[in-house]
Amino acid sequence: MASSNATLRAFLHGLPGVDRVGADQRAAMLGTRSIKTTAKAKAIDLAVSMVDLTTLEGADTPGKVRALCTKAMHPGAGAPRVAAVCVYPDLVHVAAEALKGSGVKVASVATAFPSGRSSLEVKVADTALAVAAGADEVDMVIDRGAFLAGDYLKVFEEIVAVKAACGAAHLKVILETGELATYDNVRRASWLAMLAGADFIKTSTGKVQPAATLPVTLVMLEAVRDYRDETGIQVGVKPAGGIRTTKDAIKMLVLVNETVGDDWLTPDWFRLGASTLLNDLLMQREKLTTGRYAGPDYFTLD
Amino acid sequence: MSRLSVRKTYKLFIGGAFPRSESGRSYVVTSPKGDFLANAARASRKDVRDAVSAARKAFPGWSGATPYNRGQILYRIAEMLEGRRAQFAEEVGGGKKPALEAVDAAVDRLVWYAGWADKIASVYGTPNPVAGPYLNLSTPEPTGVVGVVAPADPLLGLISVVAPVIVTGNTCVVVAAERAPLPAITLGEVLATSDLPGGVVNILTGHQAELAPWLASHMDVNGLDLTGVTDPELALACEQAAAENLKRVLRPVTPDWSAEPGIERMTRFLETKTVWHPAGI
Amino acid sequence: MFEYAPAPESRDIVDIKPSYGLFVNGEFVDGGGPGLKTVNPATEEPLAEVATATSDDVDRAVQAARKAFGVWSALPGAERAKYLFRIARIIQERARELAVLESLDNGKPIRESRDVDLPLVAAHFFYYAGWADKLRYAGFGDNPRPLGVAGQVIPWNFPLLMLAWKIAPALACGNTVVLKPAETTPLTALAFAEICQQADLPPGVVNIVTGAGDTGAAVVAHPDVDKVAFTGSTEVGRVIARTVAGTNKKLTLELGGKAANIVFEDAPIDQAVEGIVNGIFFNQGHVCCAGSRLLVQESIQEELLDSLRRRMATLRVGDPLDKNTDIGAINSAEQLAKIRDLSAAGESEGAERWSPACELPQRGFWFPPTLFTGVAQSHRIAREEIFGPVLSVLTFRTPAEAVEKANNTPYGLSAGVWTEKGSRILWMADRLRAGVVWANTFNKFDPASPFGGYKESGYGREGGKIGLEAYLDV
Repeated sequence: MASSNATLRAFLHGLPGVDRVGADQRAAMLGTRSIKTTAKAKAIDLAVSMVDLTTLEGADTPGKVRALCTKAMHPGAGAPRVAAVCVYPDLVHVAAEALKGSGVKVASVATAFPSGRSSLEVKVADTALAVAAGADEVDMVIDRGAFLAGDYLKVFEEIVAVKAACGAAHLKVILETGELATYDNVRRASWLAMLAGADFIKTSTGKVQPAATLPVTLVMLEAVRDYRDETGIQVGVKPAGGIRTTKDAIKMLVLVNETVGDDWLTPDWFRLGASTLLNDLLMQREKLTTGRYAGPDYFTLD
Repeated sequence: MSRLSVRKTYKLFIGGAFPRSESGRSYVVTSPKGDFLANAARASRKDVRDAVSAARKAFPGWSGATPYNRGQILYRIAEMLEGRRAQFAEEVGGGKKPALEAVDAAVDRLVWYAGWADKIASVYGTPNPVAGPYLNLSTPEPTGVVGVVAPADPLLGLISVVAPVIVTGNTCVVVAAERAPLPAITLGEVLATSDLPGGVVNILTGHQAELAPWLASHMDVNGLDLTGVTDPELALACEQAAAENLKRVLRPVTPDWSAEPGIERMTRFLETKTVWHPAGI
Repeated sequence: MFEYAPAPESRDIVDIKPSYGLFVNGEFVDGGGPGLKTVNPATEEPLAEVATATSDDVDRAVQAARKAFGVWSALPGAERAKYLFRIARIIQERARELAVLESLDNGKPIRESRDVDLPLVAAHFFYYAGWADKLRYAGFGDNPRPLGVAGQVIPWNFPLLMLAWKIAPALACGNTVVLKPAETTPLTALAFAEICQQADLPPGVVNIVTGAGDTGAAVVAHPDVDKVAFTGSTEVGRVIARTVAGTNKKLTLELGGKAANIVFEDAPIDQAVEGIVNGIFFNQGHVCCAGSRLLVQESIQEELLDSLRRRMATLRVGDPLDKNTDIGAINSAEQLAKIRDLSAAGESEGAERWSPACELPQRGFWFPPTLFTGVAQSHRIAREEIFGPVLSVLTFRTPAEAVEKANNTPYGLSAGVWTEKGSRILWMADRLRAGVVWANTFNKFDPASPFGGYKESGYGREGGKIGLEAYLDV
């Protein structure tokens, strides 16, 4: 299939189309699910455990990363630890040190994040450095320019090369769906990434709008579902960017529940890339425990 | 010594051909004064059956023809009618001047309807501004096979009921005016030479009370124009029979055939089809 | 497992009275017939006793409407419009209450009554309100006149929405109305009567007469009714057409259907599966335009049916008031018996029956979402309207065969086409003999969009500009 750009293209363009209006409506309908009481409590803890707590700013410092790591390990009163902390490659060693033995993974963006506009050599080196510094997971970006230009083979080969550089680390492939523009492209890019060996497919860098919308996540969930049907290989999904509230997170879980089911409802197979989401989850959790609405002063800004 | 004329045998017009009634029957047609004019075919229920089946067979082609093409053919009918002005005037009878005027009006009516072929959808169809990301269009489509009981006015009335039915793509079976059926059969000759596909218009002569109920009850007829039915009991029976397969029914009326008709005779035998499609990238 | 906890909509928002009278000439009055109980089909619990209108009661209602016609039709269109806008607003204000009431009386999921029925009800009044003073621009002449008194009989599947479809255009055009709601679902129509009072609608403009078939027949047959509009079964539609034969009554009928939902191999499969599910399981399949025949191209049959079964397994059947319920209760014991009977016929005629595992409540009227495969055109389940959550799957090989099978029915209300190829959609849409063709979507409704059937699915259109024609003397 990946023997030439032509065969890749033939395959990707042979995938069923996605009708945007229909996909939007399905996602919107699932967004009306009403998750209350015990189900909500369970969903909040599940969501916390799926968070990839993220800081990807030019102003990031070791201090900022350490603070985030502390929060990741101990989000507060009884809440489970999060899944991972996601940072830039040069701060991986700080996170790795801080999280050692906690079970919280270290994730690093790589491959000239967020634009991906560099040479393959640089991208591979970027990845290797992150892994060497202790990254358990690498969040790479695809070359959207190559994808939109129809050079699927280039995208494919880059993913293969980065995957090789990951060694034992898990590879999350960021499609940057906001730049792919159509759901047909999202489906094709999802398959392309999976065929090239992605362990996870991820919606966005968080630097481009729109990011992790419900319908885009829906289309990607359908892709991993169909891919497993076809190959037996399960691939994870990570929506990232714009998931800020508990309501957003629970809608994502509903989407997982009703599209791919239980098999994906664990941090091993579904992650939420976010920064401010965690505190909202904690506040909602507090509301369920105490029966009164929580205030932001009681939750740490890290 | 004057020459003995060669008379015409007035037969039925079914599927583009001119058969006699399968029943072998005929009936005497006289002038208003009571003079013998012809032995017209007296159609039977089986002729109704054959005519409906011819009309059904012609429906896909005729309804699928472009409106421009249908308009051209209706105009062609007008041309052919114009060419036989004198003959029709004679068959219409009732004084030379009024007869000629009636023929002229019939020709003009055909021309009027011919022009509607490619306009009715613009007038009667709609783009529908729905509250969502959809293209939504309604367009009129022909109902199917329409049974027409033609009014007593033998040519202008006949043209005025047949043209609106067929211009939109329906096909029809017409029961001609019982007492004055000859122009209808001559019209069949015009139709047969006007590029109108066989079966689009089928003309039966005979007794209205005998034929109309068979049209009304026929399960492969979709519409029923009772304009020419004068007996209220017969009209009632026909409308009741038409209910069995929910035919669209036009009840008996006696309009002023010289007035501009409006679009109601067309819209009565049109179905509105609404198509939705999402608009997305 | 992520189980959703019960999320019931509060029924405290509705205040159901123990009994209701008829709404005649602006007030509630007793009916002459024996009261009938309306029950919650999800629990069989009686909700209220509702009066039955006798032919004398119907006569009084028609007289009230006749009297009101003079006043109402003489009002400037702009004033009629304002009444209708007012009604639309009150419906929006009371939307949650009406949605709960509808779900209680009908059995439909609150998600649908809240997100589909009620928004469309309000929208329909808004839409036709705007027409009331613009009729001369509608293409029916400079001064189109109303018909007079409209007798309207509506079904139980979308009680308030069908009321809106009937009353909004009738009133906008200047007619007055006597409406009979369905025997099993009268409550929202009676709530609408209260709304007419709140809106200060002149007495007699809207009259609501409850009862069973006899009451409906009396409305239809009343000599002083000028217009009859009916939505319901083809069987009853035929009787009504015979009843009004030989009169001057204008008649529109919106009857049954057996729609084909046609899926080509190049369809957007996930959306097609949603469209199939929405097409047949929306409102428990109690939808005249339901996509009850799935015509799938043979080349993708297995794949599509696998996806469909997987999707059907996620349908949530149960308490209509639970906000997460997808499929509610069957409206009545009678309807349930009919669905069971036809499903049994499907099995005995050799089609293969499948339903996902789902626990149905003990009390009330319930039927699981059901799929029949290996269905032939000659099976009863491929020809007769089931009006329940039962889908019959047939296959085709070519577009021409799909059209032929789709049209091979006495009905012609709706059809669905799923393909990513634009020109094929247009080719198909052109040939399908149905009043509504949904391409790459299904079961979409809008007040601006005409709805109605070909052939035995009835005649006349509701919605859109053309929907005015049914209520104007044209």
